Amino acid sequence: MNVAAPFEGIGASVRRKEDFRFLQGRGAYTDDFNRQGQLYAWIVRSPHAHARIKGVDTSAASRMPGVVAVFTGADMAKDNVGGLPCGWQIHNKDGSPMAEPPHPVLAVDKVRHVGDPVAVAIAATRQQARDAAEAVGVDYEVLPAAVSMDAALKAGAPQVHDGAPGNLCYDWHIGDKAVVDAAFASAAKVVKLDLVNNRLIPNAMEPRAALGEFDPTTGDYTLHTTSQNPHVIRLLMGANVLHIPESKLRVVAPDVGGGFGSKIYHYAEEAIVTWSAGKLARPVKWTADRTESFMSDAHGRDHVSHTELALDADGKFLGLRVSTLANMGAYLSTFAPCVPTYLYATLLAGVYTTPVIYCEVKAVFTNTVPVDAYRGAGRPEATFLLERLMDVAALETGIDRVELRRRNFIPTDAFPYQTPVALQYDSGNYHATLDQALKASDWAGFEARRAEAAKRGKLRGIGISTYLEACGIAPSAVVGSLGARAGLYEVGTIRVHPTGSVTVLTGAHSHGQGHETTFCQLVADKLGVPVAQVDIVHGDTAKVPFGMGTYGSRSLAVGGSAMMKAMDKIIAKGKRIAAHLMEADVDDIEFERGIFRVAGTDKTKALVDISVAAYVPHNYPIEELEPGLEETAFYDPKNFTYPGGCHIAEVEICPETGKVSMVNFTAVDDVGRVINPMIVEGQVQGGIAQGIGQALLETCVYDADGQLLSGSMMDYTMPRADDLAPVSVATHTTLCTHNPLGVKGCGEVGAIGSPPAVINAVVDALRDYGVRTLDMPATPSKIWGIINGGRRMAAE
Amino acid sequence: MPQVTLTVNGQTHTAEVEGRTLLVELLRETLRLTGTHVGCDTSQCGACVVHINGESVKSCTTLAVMANGANVTTIEGLAKADGTLHAMQEAFREYHALQCGFCTPGMVMSAIDLVQKHPEGLTEQQIREGLEGNLCRCTGYHNIVKAIAAAAEVMHGKRSEIARAAE
Repeated sequence: MNVAAPFEGIGASVRRKEDFRFLQGRGAYTDDFNRQGQLYAWIVRSPHAHARIKGVDTSAASRMPGVVAVFTGADMAKDNVGGLPCGWQIHNKDGSPMAEPPHPVLAVDKVRHVGDPVAVAIAATRQQARDAAEAVGVDYEVLPAAVSMDAALKAGAPQVHDGAPGNLCYDWHIGDKAVVDAAFASAAKVVKLDLVNNRLIPNAMEPRAALGEFDPTTGDYTLHTTSQNPHVIRLLMGANVLHIPESKLRVVAPDVGGGFGSKIYHYAEEAIVTWSAGKLARPVKWTADRTESFMSDAHGRDHVSHTELALDADGKFLGLRVSTLANMGAYLSTFAPCVPTYLYATLLAGVYTTPVIYCEVKAVFTNTVPVDAYRGAGRPEATFLLERLMDVAALETGIDRVELRRRNFIPTDAFPYQTPVALQYDSGNYHATLDQALKASDWAGFEARRAEAAKRGKLRGIGISTYLEACGIAPSAVVGSLGARAGLYEVGTIRVHPTGSVTVLTGAHSHGQGHETTFCQLVADKLGVPVAQVDIVHGDTAKVPFGMGTYGSRSLAVGGSAMMKAMDKIIAKGKRIAAHLMEADVDDIEFERGIFRVAGTDKTKALVDISVAAYVPHNYPIEELEPGLEETAFYDPKNFTYPGGCHIAEVEICPETGKVSMVNFTAVDDVGRVINPMIVEGQVQGGIAQGIGQALLETCVYDADGQLLSGSMMDYTMPRADDLAPVSVATHTTLCTHNPLGVKGCGEVGAIGSPPAVINAVVDALRDYGVRTLDMPATPSKIWGIINGGRRMAAE
Repeated sequence: MPQVTLTVNGQTHTAEVEGRTLLVELLRETLRLTGTHVGCDTSQCGACVVHINGESVKSCTTLAVMANGANVTTIEGLAKADGTLHAMQEAFREYHALQCGFCTPGMVMSAIDLVQKHPEGLTEQQIREGLEGNLCRCTGYHNIVKAIAAAAEVMHGKRSEIARAAE
């Protein structure tokens, strides 16, 4: 008797294939690679936020034990090494391009943030390189620094770049201001709110690392790097920085220990080890210590916004007006300019029917680490703004906060829905996710829980956020017209081997998302090949034809769609081979999960019969069909995808200490079709943990001189297991209408939907203390101050 | 240079090290046991946790010379020779308690020590507090806590195999 194989296709919680190696210490992360004759690099970094380099003395360092070379920016300049490029150009209100100052790999005449690389020491051991780096003498003339955005924009502020007067990168806007102003003029009520979206440090657990190699015989370079998109690194570094043709440069991103956006960008160290390997004809490895990660990985968020909402007498939104300052840091990181514009302002309609919206964004250079996309990138900032505004509007209009949201929801029958800020949503059901979350969180029973907590001396609050986001980045022509300097399609190759196993080559990159399992499930579902017989190859430019990588929750929506398209080609070719073998008309061949059948008959051929025939073409339509069974497809999405949902947070505050404890968290997300529910749940849980981190614990702090005060894990509060509580995660599905899988993306929803839910809950808990708004993170000292200040005010 | 002799995963090694060489450097660089990771430089993250004489220790904060004569177990030494995973490894897989895998070796080593120190069993809160020395940026810890609870039942003989996670 045959035992039925467990279902492994779409919808099954298949346990992860990649776990076997990770659980046994057999993962292969960049720092785990070691090469014969390998040298180690240590970067000399600026201790000042802003200084002129008067001289770099490498003589003492060069004489130290084990030292092979010490290179400076001047050495790289002699080799015509280019600057680090920016991948997105934004235009100002007047149509002129943004200021785009140079970003040297090693600083030449000035340093612009603490951690800016100045020189590199290369030695036989890591410790020798570190010792030598400490012996490099840099003569700095310290300059006044522009640290906060406010300070940087003041007249007479220190100039970060000569080519960016007033420290302004761009002054951009979207929407028709006159129309929006008119809507405000007719409004029954205007609600205003100032908000800060706190600066975060991503802190993927694996510090960045890079290993450069050069083969003097062939002239080939290889770079192993901690990257989310190795093909993009090859393109940027090869073409813009080191001028190495792509045919001579292989970039490998092996196992990568988390990214969250911070490993998208092309970083200086990648160019430094690759160039040094060429100069020295020996492998050169660099691995960041965590202190370096803090001062060199791109940071996230850092917005200051003034926002106004116009409502009619019934609480219907008439217009939204937003003015935002966005910190770029000292240089433009790879995708930085698009984050506070096209990934932020275009999301300001949220799930609401606000008819007119105007948003202006000033992007500001400061003497701080560059800021770029971090989990959610622009959408968390938009969501926090909208969902805080909802609660303040509810407070000030006297309309219940859930009712106010409902009253303004985009109706379920209004899709496709064109927003006033460029995007067209394809599908969603905001009432359904709201209803499901209200029920799951027992929203109706909350007041009893608040009263019970009060008896224990605790302040209990509940908060809600109804949100959406845009991912599946992105239609190439659309983003091209908005300033992207790349296409954002994805590539997939399906290679059916002669005896029926399958290799999938994908340009998407897995650094925790479980692609090696989820992508296999697509093949199991469509081609009927067991998960165990499918292998996923990613992260190597020598193996995968091309790819744009993983970010913006795009791997399934774009990369998965490319695979589906390639599998369609496999099936189409397979049908022709099957028709030949079964002497039938190709139009009569049906295919389902691994079996080709002549329609209406019991004549069948398995996929393996077809693959054998394709590679051993003894009986094969050789005149009309090439042998082999391998297909590649490029998939360029037609639109963004729009996941959304409802998050509800419940907190308790201890009035004695000001500590906020998470007691319940409920998320109901619409991420489109779910391929592996276990993995989706894990992604959402992880995103929520980062969102709670932003709301309660994490923030980047610079002092007035530009020193990074939150520069280690002792100073920057990463969420720990006992900071968090169990999270209830569920999905409610409406399908994406324009990709073949119906998927929307799940990687970022947690970090996008949760911060306002948490802060709304904290504000609700403090309702007796006259708190209207509160900046993140809601730390114990901040809350204690409110409670005790409030008591004092009450006493007065 | 000082010489250290230690047993790692049942094999005895002798190596010359600098006085400042950390145990994790000896494991990763000299013995090429790269399963033990370094995620920070302030002893906060716990990616480097190994067992020294059965107790969990952060190998980034231990000098190699301090491990002289010690019996060290790393993540590579947990599974049986026939490939059977340790109950904790099995539970992490069943409960999807890992994503990128970087914190996982240290997390698993800490979790085993935590369970061993509590033969009476662990509450959820005790597990959360017991993970004080280990950071994970991917999972939000929820599934790690569930995995440790499930592994504890097997390690304490209350079940013969890891309970299946709810679908």
